[in-house]
Amino acid sequence: MGTVAVHGLCKSFGKVQALDGVTLDVPDGSFFVVLGPSGAGKTTTLRAIAGLEKLDAGSVHLDGRDATGDAPAARDLAMVFQSYALYPRRTAYENIASPLRARRCSSSEIAAAVEQMSSLLHIERLLQRRPAQMSGGEMQRVALARALVRRPRAFLMDEPLTNLDLKLRVEMRTELTRIHRSLGATFVYVTNDQVEAMSMADRVAVLKEGKVQQVGTPTEVYERPANQWVAGFVGSPRISLLACRAEGDRLVGEGWTLPRPRWTTAEDGRPLLLGLRAEDLSVEQRGDASLPGELYGLEPLGDRTVVDVRVGTEILKVKARPTVTGTPGERLHVTVDLDRAHLFDAGTGLALSEAGR
Amino acid sequence: MAVSVDEAVSTGPARDHTPSARRLGGRGRSVLEVALLTVLAVVMLFPVLWMIETSIKENRDVYAIPAKFFGFKVTLDHFKDVFAASGGGRSALSVSFLNSIVVAGVSTALATVLGVPAAWAYSRFSVKAKKDQLFFILSTRFMPPVVVVIPIFLMYRQVGLIDNKLGLILIYTAFNVPFTIWMMKGFVDEVPAEYEDAAMLDGYTRLQAFWKFTLPLLLPGIAATAVFALIFSWNEFVFAIFLTSSDSVRTAPPAIAGLIGGTTVDWGLVAAASVVFALPVLVFAYLVRKHLVAGVTLGAVRR
Repeated sequence: MGTVAVHGLCKSFGKVQALDGVTLDVPDGSFFVVLGPSGAGKTTTLRAIAGLEKLDAGSVHLDGRDATGDAPAARDLAMVFQSYALYPRRTAYENIASPLRARRCSSSEIAAAVEQMSSLLHIERLLQRRPAQMSGGEMQRVALARALVRRPRAFLMDEPLTNLDLKLRVEMRTELTRIHRSLGATFVYVTNDQVEAMSMADRVAVLKEGKVQQVGTPTEVYERPANQWVAGFVGSPRISLLACRAEGDRLVGEGWTLPRPRWTTAEDGRPLLLGLRAEDLSVEQRGDASLPGELYGLEPLGDRTVVDVRVGTEILKVKARPTVTGTPGERLHVTVDLDRAHLFDAGTGLALSEAGR
Repeated sequence: MAVSVDEAVSTGPARDHTPSARRLGGRGRSVLEVALLTVLAVVMLFPVLWMIETSIKENRDVYAIPAKFFGFKVTLDHFKDVFAASGGGRSALSVSFLNSIVVAGVSTALATVLGVPAAWAYSRFSVKAKKDQLFFILSTRFMPPVVVVIPIFLMYRQVGLIDNKLGLILIYTAFNVPFTIWMMKGFVDEVPAEYEDAAMLDGYTRLQAFWKFTLPLLLPGIAATAVFALIFSWNEFVFAIFLTSSDSVRTAPPAIAGLIGGTTVDWGLVAAASVVFALPVLVFAYLVRKHLVAGVTLGAVRR
């Protein structure tokens, strides 16, 4: 068992409201990612679960039992800190052994567990070193080993890959997913990197300014963002948003019209934002759903080229084949896959009901 | 973004400015510096040198006119007199040194035991009106200690702490605790709280996390702070002379001062006692000098 549930977490630091009613339900055995920009309250949420933060309001339930006031040690959780927080005067071996020493395991048990962990994470040769003698990636593995050496209720990870270089980060992503699968344990993983969230998570909670914006599978969050902000935060290149309004069976924007998507229920004249992801746009003209614009710039990325097209005053990001060419200022049409477009209320930013879809 | 770029640009020339300003002085300035420092060193060190010389001179050389800087006969008689009474047994001075050791040692230990956890608490926990409390603690060091001598004397007379080592220990502890809290808070602030967080998740209690993980990292700071507290207690004169009277309780500073006066002054003995009095502090400071420098810069400069 390893379910984690938090309800209505509130926490302020002075005048800053770090958490504003955060409610999350982490199912047993899931890889649950809390995603958000810096300052969104992700780390505070994690620390609240761990019992390191005194809450202004709200409750933490572990395995269905109220653990709100419990000491961190009583919660049976393990955590990987963003800074790794390895004990500086101790060797890697002693760092990894620490959770077992705290539980008064015998030294033979400890030796066996540390050995098993170090072979799982390929850090056998580091065991006698101190943190100061290790690289960032090595410290990260030792910190991970210290968390994994026990079988706690759940693992809490606070941006464990943020301080690694890109290559190592990609490697560790795969490795963490593998470890999660082989352990079948509950992971609560905090990150500001949406790629990590998309590639590793079973479920994602998107946090902004201490409030949960959306919870769902990575696909749900990507395909059906609950609001304009989530749509903008998740996805790279960033989703393009065009101001428009519905008029009869058409969507009318600044210098363009599109057929109104069948599923939208917006009444005429209401200010809307049309959200278009780069992969749902094309610079090859086909069909009647297209926007007139002019070429603004090209970003060749190797496997693809992102074409910036100016439509009215907005810049649309369009994903195109790497062979695409053009000169800035050139007139062109951008074909829109309207079935995959998103509409948001321009005032509230909330996604329009997509019931018909 | 724009702000950070501006800052990055503006710091560049400012940094370049310092070395060029130093270069302006050139060699002439460094000669002047050396000369001034030499004069200063002589002025500062002469009394110390004279004290040491007097302590190893025979009495007739001590009173010789003109004074002998070199070529006197070296004797350790004065040092013998510091520790042994003329009729055999312990001298009153040696008792006072023992008293000083007890009073300074115990009050420093007490201040450390009380001050370090307090500093940890002020650093780690959100305490109501923390800044006001810390200011209040510091403010007890604002006034010159002499100001409270009379009230303390009257209070001590009521509770029977006059002419009592415990009385001195308590007053020195009271002076050293605020100092310890302030100095140690700087050191605790330097140790990331995450070590304790990690330890608590490992399964330790908060106190165990402090004791096993943070405290070892604080030892250099504790050493530096304790040395300062020790030096204060060891050197303290005003309270010692007001609050003690008998030879069996008196600490070294008033005891040495008591040697001066009367019809004749045994300057050799005074000098020898002063040397003995100065030595422990010098040795201690020398032993922990690395921590002392690291400690002072770590604790005071960064925050």
